[in-house]
Amino acid sequence: MKAENIDPMLTKPLRIQRVQRELPDTFTLEILPSNGGFHFTPGQFNMLYVFGVGEVPISICGDPEKSKSLVHTIRIVGSVTQAMSRLKSGDTIGVRGPFGSSWPLAEAEGKDVVIVAGGIGLPPLRPAIYHILNHREKYGKVVLLYGARNKEEIIFWKELEQWRSRFDMEVHVTVDRGSGNWHGNVGVVTTLVPRATFNSADAIAMMVGPEIMMRFTVLELLKRGITGDRIYMSMERNMKCGVGICGHCQWSHHFICKDGPVFSYEQIKVLLDKHEI
Amino acid sequence: MNKATTSSNRHYILQSGDFQRLLDSIIGNGYRCLGPTVQDQAIVLDDVSSVKDLPVGWSDNQQAAAYRLQKNGSPAFFGYVLGPGSWKKFLYPARERLLTTTRSRSGWKAEASAEPVQKMAFLGIRPCELQALAVLDKVLLEGTYADPVYRARRSQILVIAVNCAEVGGTCFCDSMSTGPKAVSGFDLALTEIITDGKHHFVVESATAKGDEIVKLAHGVSASDQEISKADAVSTAAAKKLSKKLNTIGVKDLLARNLTHPRWKETAGRCLTCSNCTLVCPTCFCITVEDYTDLKGNSAERVRRWDSCFTMDHSYIHGGSIRNTPDSRYRQWLTHKFSSWWEQYGISGCVGCGRCITWCPAAIDVTEEIQAIRDSEKT
Amino acid sequence: METLERVLAEHPFFKGLEPKYLQLIVGCASNVRFDPEQCIYKEGEPVDQFYLIRQGRVGLEINVPNKGPVVIQTITEGDLLGWSWLMPPYVARFTARAYEITRAIGLDGKCLRTKCEADHELGYEFYRRFADIIIQRLQATRLQLLDVYGS
Repeated sequence: MKAENIDPMLTKPLRIQRVQRELPDTFTLEILPSNGGFHFTPGQFNMLYVFGVGEVPISICGDPEKSKSLVHTIRIVGSVTQAMSRLKSGDTIGVRGPFGSSWPLAEAEGKDVVIVAGGIGLPPLRPAIYHILNHREKYGKVVLLYGARNKEEIIFWKELEQWRSRFDMEVHVTVDRGSGNWHGNVGVVTTLVPRATFNSADAIAMMVGPEIMMRFTVLELLKRGITGDRIYMSMERNMKCGVGICGHCQWSHHFICKDGPVFSYEQIKVLLDKHEI
Repeated sequence: MNKATTSSNRHYILQSGDFQRLLDSIIGNGYRCLGPTVQDQAIVLDDVSSVKDLPVGWSDNQQAAAYRLQKNGSPAFFGYVLGPGSWKKFLYPARERLLTTTRSRSGWKAEASAEPVQKMAFLGIRPCELQALAVLDKVLLEGTYADPVYRARRSQILVIAVNCAEVGGTCFCDSMSTGPKAVSGFDLALTEIITDGKHHFVVESATAKGDEIVKLAHGVSASDQEISKADAVSTAAAKKLSKKLNTIGVKDLLARNLTHPRWKETAGRCLTCSNCTLVCPTCFCITVEDYTDLKGNSAERVRRWDSCFTMDHSYIHGGSIRNTPDSRYRQWLTHKFSSWWEQYGISGCVGCGRCITWCPAAIDVTEEIQAIRDSEKT
Repeated sequence: METLERVLAEHPFFKGLEPKYLQLIVGCASNVRFDPEQCIYKEGEPVDQFYLIRQGRVGLEINVPNKGPVVIQTITEGDLLGWSWLMPPYVARFTARAYEITRAIGLDGKCLRTKCEADHELGYEFYRRFADIIIQRLQATRLQLLDVYGS
């Protein structure tokens, strides 16, 4: 699609409907889209602008079929997200998007789906999970493996509980640091891969987390027999435009913003182990 | 390299004495006429309204890490090769407001920068730089989204190229198939001819607009003999090019040598000053900065040229991806010669040689690529 | 009824082991069951057992004076628990505690050591399988050390 007459850098001011604190450093903004709703495909992101402070790429983490609300879960990692965390219901936020590639949800139809998330990597996968659950009959086994730093930093706790209680979804959660009030798994998320039940000859894997985590998770998935062309991951780099013009997000010949953020392992495997590319 | 001229193009003779008329007809047609001038001991692209503004009698001596203007007493208007600045600065300025946001009762509103677009004439653009415009077009116009400001400016320029009669010590346009004769992308292409005390231009016109301008300047049809004299100038220029780059398989050559020790070795000299990216006519990276007024009632988003040689370029929360000079130098060079092909189907380098001239450490891309190539032979 | 030998053969740890060795090993094996919160072995105490977990979950804990027990890792179905018996002084470095009803096959370390000494082919098989697990655990621990989710 050629967006001939759109100014890709012109942000659209939208009203924040609701702010929810998820973790001490993580919050969710529910934004009221303009007329017609906000349409995106799972895996895509928006450029969010705070008046006078700056703009950052943030993945969309709401239900793709609920276009009346645009949902972003954001972790405070810099000055822009810090300013964003001070926004309240009724405030205005600038939105440009949606940009980028999507999770292979059509390709995954009829197959088992393994979703691996680490830390704040769960929000970018949540629209895919919603989509799969909205169309549950189209998919085979659905497994979610989630790793967090400790119990206190597990995000979307309530939803994880709900998903875990479903009979048609397998959920494993692990934390890197165990403590007295945690009785679940302790260990890195890669250790969950051998425990998941799926048909590795036909399963599709999707993952988001710190790059190191994804690198090691890929090895476990390959060991289980999922081939590289069926493993998908979402990458992160500096972005100023979101549309392949500013040059910042280049990763060899890929622009993370428009060729990604979702890539198959096959596409990027030669780059994953190269330093400072 | 002497490429065949497109047969449908018209050829004219313009006497040097009528050159002022050419400038007048450009300006008379509503164009801001931009061309070479001498400023700060360099060729600087700026407003030109008179022949006197042109660098008449100046030539430039360019080598790795060296640039000197010299008075040579020649009557030539375009006897120099290239200045440090490229035409990119007019189409995609080094600093430009993207939008203004203003607080309102209900929040704030955003408005795109709506500065009026002025028609510009690029007088004296070199063949390699025509290719640079074609490269920028691919980046800024041919993706899913086009840059609206670039598009508005680009669509209105009058392109008056000047074929190279002289070549610089750092030029390698024939290796990149971009010169020294312009083959496309212009309204008019001039070849300056000075023989036997006569001084005129053979003018090739590719557009109706070009015809109109040159006729207003009293251009008359050129004979085949005169046209072949102009071609001879380009052929002679091509022979003078001493710098060469073997481009065969360069995309894959670099892609398979990302961990070559040469990157680190050469980066030992690199100052990561970003000169190469700033003089490059195709480097397009920009960053966006935010400004607010003191009251915090209005804010601006301003884009400015950025360079992959800075630490900020690859910064994500927590640190920069490309921490070492080796990685930043490698990013620049592999982008130009390798990943650009994957991204846009063409080379990001046009062979203008500016990066070699303006590198304070005299890093020469042609030498560097050849060194990596040679290392594979052993 | 499932024989112990069959259960051993189906556990990932013994996958592909020659039947003659399984027969040797089964003499050192027994079925065990632990209740929630039950301590399987304790930091600092001698251990001469290891376990192949068939069901349930076990935590490896270390006691930190002002924090109480810190869980380093949990071990579940299909995993192996305990390698202190492999090398002198045969003392546990961590406390192993069942978090759920846990069923496992216990193997007598002393018994196995003797058999491995007598048949180095078996010893090689055994130590190779342990090395694989130790490497996996070490790699996972290194990842944990990185604290990748930290901001």
